[in-house]
Amino acid sequence: MESYFLFSSGELRRKDNVVRMTALDGRFKVLKIEVMRDLYLFGKASMNTDCLNYLAQSKIPVHFFNHYGFYTGTFYPKEANVSGNLLIRQVEHYTDFEKRLNIAQEFIQGACYNILKNLKYYRQRGKELDKAINEIQALEKMISRTVTIEELMGIEGNIHRVYYGTWTTIINQEVDFEKRVKRPPDNVVNTLISFLNSLVYTTCLSEIYVSQLNPTISYLHSAGERRFSLSLDIAEIFKPLLTDRIIFSLLNRKVITEKDFSKDSNYFYLKDKGKRKVLEMYNSTLDETVRHKDLKRNVSYRKMMRLECYKLIKHLLGEREYQALRKWW
Amino acid sequence: MRITGTMINYYFICQRKLWCFTHHLNFEEGHQNVELGKLIDEASYSREKKQIMIDGTINVDFIQDWKVVHEVKKSRAMEESAEWQVKYYLYFMRERGIEVEKGILDYPKIRKRKEIFLTQKDGNKLKEILDEIKNIAHLEKAPTTINSKICKKCAYYEYCYC
Repeated sequence: MESYFLFSSGELRRKDNVVRMTALDGRFKVLKIEVMRDLYLFGKASMNTDCLNYLAQSKIPVHFFNHYGFYTGTFYPKEANVSGNLLIRQVEHYTDFEKRLNIAQEFIQGACYNILKNLKYYRQRGKELDKAINEIQALEKMISRTVTIEELMGIEGNIHRVYYGTWTTIINQEVDFEKRVKRPPDNVVNTLISFLNSLVYTTCLSEIYVSQLNPTISYLHSAGERRFSLSLDIAEIFKPLLTDRIIFSLLNRKVITEKDFSKDSNYFYLKDKGKRKVLEMYNSTLDETVRHKDLKRNVSYRKMMRLECYKLIKHLLGEREYQALRKWW
Repeated sequence: MRITGTMINYYFICQRKLWCFTHHLNFEEGHQNVELGKLIDEASYSREKKQIMIDGTINVDFIQDWKVVHEVKKSRAMEESAEWQVKYYLYFMRERGIEVEKGILDYPKIRKRKEIFLTQKDGNKLKEILDEIKNIAHLEKAPTTINSKICKKCAYYEYCYC
């Protein structure tokens, strides 16, 4: 199964049993539906309902991005396999506050562990990070003692503030990165974070889609608010492993430099060439595998997202308590 | 509760899988062997009218003259469970007054077939199995994993062992 990333502009249509992207100059590309997992549109594509119906029938989510590379939304085909029983448990764990907090804390525990793992890696490579590590470890101890989601979110915010404070130390290129700024991102690092986070979010969403969980019921983020928020919950665990590591590596190896960005009035966005470089790295990272100790199989980062869904299902069904992924390799 | 042929099949393979299935947890989507099975099913016996749903419960691969029930399988690896699946089809149809003679397990990939008959004794055993399936479906929690070598090929492997 593959993710298709389309940059060119043109028309997307069903042609017999394939989807065909015809560019403005008449050249076309055939997208084979059988091997397609999901579709990412970065260019200006027009399409008709015939094509959408066909994609939906083949259960392929389509993720849309605007000209600046910001995530616009997902065409999420209707759920084919619904488990009423699982949905009820999902809701139960949301409305019972203790149960909800429990799961939410575990997401943050996992994310925090993975953040520390990144910092320890760079400490070992000679970066002065002891102070930040100690501070985050102190905050980590407070996670299990939180009594409200807001308090938990506050701690998560503090962890991230300390963490982002270390990035100028970790990144070898000269970057101006003081703090996380979204909408609009105001510098190279913020733009990369926004772009990669939205990719992690969409990948999680594609995996949730096949897992039978309902993507609108989440635990850390408020359920059903705006987006498929369960995806945001699960993405939290993977952001340090994907987004952050990819940014460090892209900038430290100078694969991406300021030249890959455009500055439009007051914000930065990635040029197409830059987006392609990021995507290439993202995709190859997703396919990287590690040996899973219980499955005794090699699993990719993408598969790990699926496994998070499975572990969550097991927790909801009362089979085994959820333990968020902690980088073990 | 409607008991499908798949449930009878799973009853003999793995009761945990049966429980998941009765709770509508279907992880077969996209699994290689399952997809292969679907393709074999679509590609074989194209002259017959296929996938006949009876009474909204059992979904029979195809029937000849309302006399012979066919079930198409990929391989003989799970033959016992497949036999019981066909026996259940015979049982189910006879209960509803359709006088089917026999069943056939078709293996188009290896060009083999096997005839299946339903005896009185089989019918009694099926009655017991139906009750047991209901009991399993009503369990609060999924039965534990069976740790068998067949798990490795199962579409539920990652769910069960992660």
